[in-house]
Amino acid sequence: MYKYIAKRLLLMIPTLIGAAILVFFLLRLIPGDVCELRLAGTGLYADPEQIKLCRENLGLNDHILVQFATFVIGFVTFDLGDSMWTGNPITHEIGLRFQLSLQIAFMATFVAVIISIPLGVISAVKQDTWIDYVVRSFSIFGIAIPSFWLGIMIILGLLIVTQAWTGVPWMPPIEYVSPFEDLGANMSQLIWPAVATGYRYSAVATRMTRSALLEVLREDYIRTARAKGLLEKIIINRHALKNSLLPVVTIIGIEFAFLMGGLVVTEQVFNLNGLGKLFVESVLQNDYNLTQALVMIVVAIFVFTNFIVDLFYAWLDPRIRYS
Amino acid sequence: MVVISESMVESDIEDLTTGNSWGAMVVTMLRKYPLGAFGAFIVFLMIFLAIFANVITPYDPVLNSFENMLTPPNAQFWLGTDQFGRDILTRIIYGSRTALFVGFSCAIIGAFTGLVLGVASAYFGGRFDLIFQRVMDVFMAFPLIIMALAVVAVFGTGTQNVIIAITIPFIPRCARVVRSSALSIREIPYVDAARALGFTHTRIILRHMVPNVMAPFLIMLTAFVGQAILLEASLSYLGLGVQEPVPAWGLMLQGGAEEYAESAPWVAIWPGVAISLAVFGFNLFGDSLRDALDPKLRQQ
Amino acid sequence: MRKIYSKLALSLVVGGGLALGAVGTASTAHAVKTGGTLNFVVGSTITTSDLHRETTFGVVHPFRPFYSLLIKVNPENPSSPTDFICDLCEGSVPKGTDGFKNYTFTIRKGVKFHDGTPLTAHDIVATYNKIIFPPKDVPSARKSFFKMVDTITAPDDFTVVFKLKFPSGSFIPAVATPFNIIYSKKDLDTYGYEWHTKNINGTGAFKLAEIQPGSHVSGVKNPDYFVKGRPYLDGFKSIIAPKMAVRLNAIRGDRAAIEFRGFPPKARDDLVAALGDKITVQESDWNCVLLNTINHKKKPFDDARVRRALTLAMDRWAGSKYLSKIAIVKTVGGVVFPNHPLAATKAELVKLAGYSEDIKASQTEAMRLLKEAGVPNLKIDFLNRGVDQPYKVVGTWAIDQYKKIGVNAVQKVQPSSVFYDSLRKKHDFDVSADFNCQSVINPIADVTKFLGSSGNNYGQYEDQPLEDIYNKLAVAATEKEQRVLMREYETRAISDQAHLGVTLWWYKINAYRSYVKGWKIAPSHYLNQALDNIWLDQ
Repeated sequence: MYKYIAKRLLLMIPTLIGAAILVFFLLRLIPGDVCELRLAGTGLYADPEQIKLCRENLGLNDHILVQFATFVIGFVTFDLGDSMWTGNPITHEIGLRFQLSLQIAFMATFVAVIISIPLGVISAVKQDTWIDYVVRSFSIFGIAIPSFWLGIMIILGLLIVTQAWTGVPWMPPIEYVSPFEDLGANMSQLIWPAVATGYRYSAVATRMTRSALLEVLREDYIRTARAKGLLEKIIINRHALKNSLLPVVTIIGIEFAFLMGGLVVTEQVFNLNGLGKLFVESVLQNDYNLTQALVMIVVAIFVFTNFIVDLFYAWLDPRIRYS
Repeated sequence: MVVISESMVESDIEDLTTGNSWGAMVVTMLRKYPLGAFGAFIVFLMIFLAIFANVITPYDPVLNSFENMLTPPNAQFWLGTDQFGRDILTRIIYGSRTALFVGFSCAIIGAFTGLVLGVASAYFGGRFDLIFQRVMDVFMAFPLIIMALAVVAVFGTGTQNVIIAITIPFIPRCARVVRSSALSIREIPYVDAARALGFTHTRIILRHMVPNVMAPFLIMLTAFVGQAILLEASLSYLGLGVQEPVPAWGLMLQGGAEEYAESAPWVAIWPGVAISLAVFGFNLFGDSLRDALDPKLRQQ
Repeated sequence: MRKIYSKLALSLVVGGGLALGAVGTASTAHAVKTGGTLNFVVGSTITTSDLHRETTFGVVHPFRPFYSLLIKVNPENPSSPTDFICDLCEGSVPKGTDGFKNYTFTIRKGVKFHDGTPLTAHDIVATYNKIIFPPKDVPSARKSFFKMVDTITAPDDFTVVFKLKFPSGSFIPAVATPFNIIYSKKDLDTYGYEWHTKNINGTGAFKLAEIQPGSHVSGVKNPDYFVKGRPYLDGFKSIIAPKMAVRLNAIRGDRAAIEFRGFPPKARDDLVAALGDKITVQESDWNCVLLNTINHKKKPFDDARVRRALTLAMDRWAGSKYLSKIAIVKTVGGVVFPNHPLAATKAELVKLAGYSEDIKASQTEAMRLLKEAGVPNLKIDFLNRGVDQPYKVVGTWAIDQYKKIGVNAVQKVQPSSVFYDSLRKKHDFDVSADFNCQSVINPIADVTKFLGSSGNNYGQYEDQPLEDIYNKLAVAATEKEQRVLMREYETRAISDQAHLGVTLWWYKINAYRSYVKGWKIAPSHYLNQALDNIWLDQ
């Protein structure tokens, strides 16, 4: 097992190196730079001297390999540097946003689980009946709606409905408050995007639950249980469901990793100050340092989640760890 | 001797891929999978609208006519007009062209490239496979929308570049799935036999391995079409999608949903409905295809 | 003032019941109430808090309330381009002596920085030295505004003297620019020139409470503020909300009371329709103009006939009528801010190419010119900026206008950084959306945008006769002379040579919660943001 863990850990390194190279050079292919944007972006006369100076100060005039080395050494020593847009240390920029993204990811995953597992079970048990069709249509519809459209409609709907009922229009708060400070305000902001996102991501998990359960239901031991005359309910709950959950857990784990930094559009619609929104802003502002740091963090989370999932599998299935 | 064994190998493949029963299977699917049939119906409706757009609607999708700006739905403009006085229904109908073009281009290019790379990786194995897998890992881990964002920023906006941006992240996702199915086939004796007979790599890959990974490939392909349409809408929301005055659903929704959701809801609602319905259709179709092609899930 | 009232009358027609309260002078019309926190939304990300090196309104709105200026635009009359009053100086703004080469400011006594240090003339000298003569590695975005300044000295603790190299009408407006916030000499000496990018110590009406990256900046009342009885508010919070729909909904759901930049017309209508007299609207022409910059280095745009045809294609009067319903643009104007004494009257405007009220005749003329130039079926790449309001909306209109004279334009919309790269460095466009957006209205300085030699002109042309007219204009003594020269300049720049096409001037619409009182709209979103005069009626 240790050997397997060591091997899997080693395999993470090339992925991280690859991602570092990719993001570094991809960013530098994007035309424009942060100094031009900051100094000329408002249409005022921009002093070329000042733009030069700004580039100089940010190290943008250094040789590209020097810049790359600075980036890699910084990442290895956990010194992410300063944002080129705000001048703040990147850890300071990311702190609160990470907390928000983590909370949203947890809440959305929770919503996805409570939607998808019951629906997946119903859909499998009632395979090819109208109930199955309704459930599947409902879950597939979740991924068919453009997320920003859904978000805008939710907010507008809330404003209109609350005004009609109470006379005073209400919308979710637009700034993040930590749940430890004010749980009510925190929840009233995050519940909406969490439900919208959770519903969206339940579609894949519902399908996975359904097909995994269908597969298990055809196994011999289920047939034996049926032959013994056990109640169908007990067969599903005790035997089948437990054994079919593994792929579902996997898919949920991977989605969770994606939610960290992947909620690019939803965060903008709800004005959530999370990693996804920061991501878009940093790319569009040519803030190399910040984008690089964010990509490396997101890739690291992704790789690490995959590692955990693999370990989990290996622990359950000895064939994997000895092959 | 050689000739006989070759025909033997091919008949084996016929059995494995269920050969000419493909057509029959489609018919069965329509009967057995009403959801899939409904999805297929939406898809065909879209294709129909796209092909006959200029016959169906009398209006121009691009020309501004400010006298008619933001007209609510009426007998003349069934779904109303947008802020530039263009008929929304017309733009939705023409928009299905853009959606299908973007959707299919991305799906086909992405899935085929993925197919070739995935099968090649599985077939050659060894160091090539190892390196290739690490490269795919990088692309898989890289945030999809950020990749698309960067590609559009590098090449500029416009339909072609949007297609490139959406296609790139599809490739590793397809390659990964195809590779794992191809790996299981690689061990089956007939591929060894074909190799022993001295067939070229290309021939073995194309004639023997590719047909065997068709099921997961087709599932990926249909899923990609829907995803591409949605991604185009997301890119539009970020201002990086297809650009005015091209009729495209995501673009119509971007300005419309942001500014006119209340005062002119028809501007904000209909393109959203079109996107949702199209993606819904492709996903229903794909979902049923998955059921149909996966023998373990078939109702006994 | 007259302007605001007339515009309000218009909104009444558009939107129904509107409160007029906020427009009246706060102190006379109502008893001012103190207390409360003003929440407002800012549609931009925030860079550093050192305004001297920044250019976006996104830093003016949250940070300006912490600081004072030497002189400022009169908050009671912000739409006037000439009404400046003292902020940290005393008395009236100096007129200049020694042939307008010497400006002596008397500094207010008893002013304290937030850390308790008293303000003296030396702080102002140190600040302006940082702005005008920064050390080699210290950025200063508006250094070039002060090319006329020779020395800044403090003969005693409460006098500051600016000596100019040559007299310049743009000196006083440059000093009033809201980015020139005053720092303490002690901070600059002790902590150096980088300290203010992350720390705040001013003499403004508010003290810093918190900066939360990406979320908000908040301030609390400064009890030692030098204007007695001000500020009225206990504090403020500027909330970052880059998406327009969020800002609009925030006001509707009362998560924020006001947005100081400007809303599109439909957003105003939605707010008024939903909340009636709980929303107040102020509107004004905006000192920003949308332009079409033509790349003279690309064929056939080196031909004045082709450029004239492109500007003739624009039906500005109809565009104003329709676009003002869907975009933040409205007024048809020439090179000067509309209604300014130096601006062209309508009778003067209609003589310019593309300003005629007979659009059919203009279009026919345009097609004739294209044919004459040998390019009847012209295709152009139209570069635009990936921002909806007003760029993409007006861009879509412009493409349609081109189509009507047989020009096939393809819109290439780019994110801001890529857009600037094309416009400023690559020059790979045929025609590009461009804009001139200034804070303090200063037409003689603002119209340099149309000179080929100007640093923010991207048309790549040289036009010596135009430069000559400008040089005369810059030193013209009387308004009458300036007006004549301005017409000559305007006709050559946008009609005869048609170097750039002026499309429409922006139009600022501020729709906000009626309980916000005391704030007056300025013709620029940079101006009148000290917040000390705002109070909440609740």
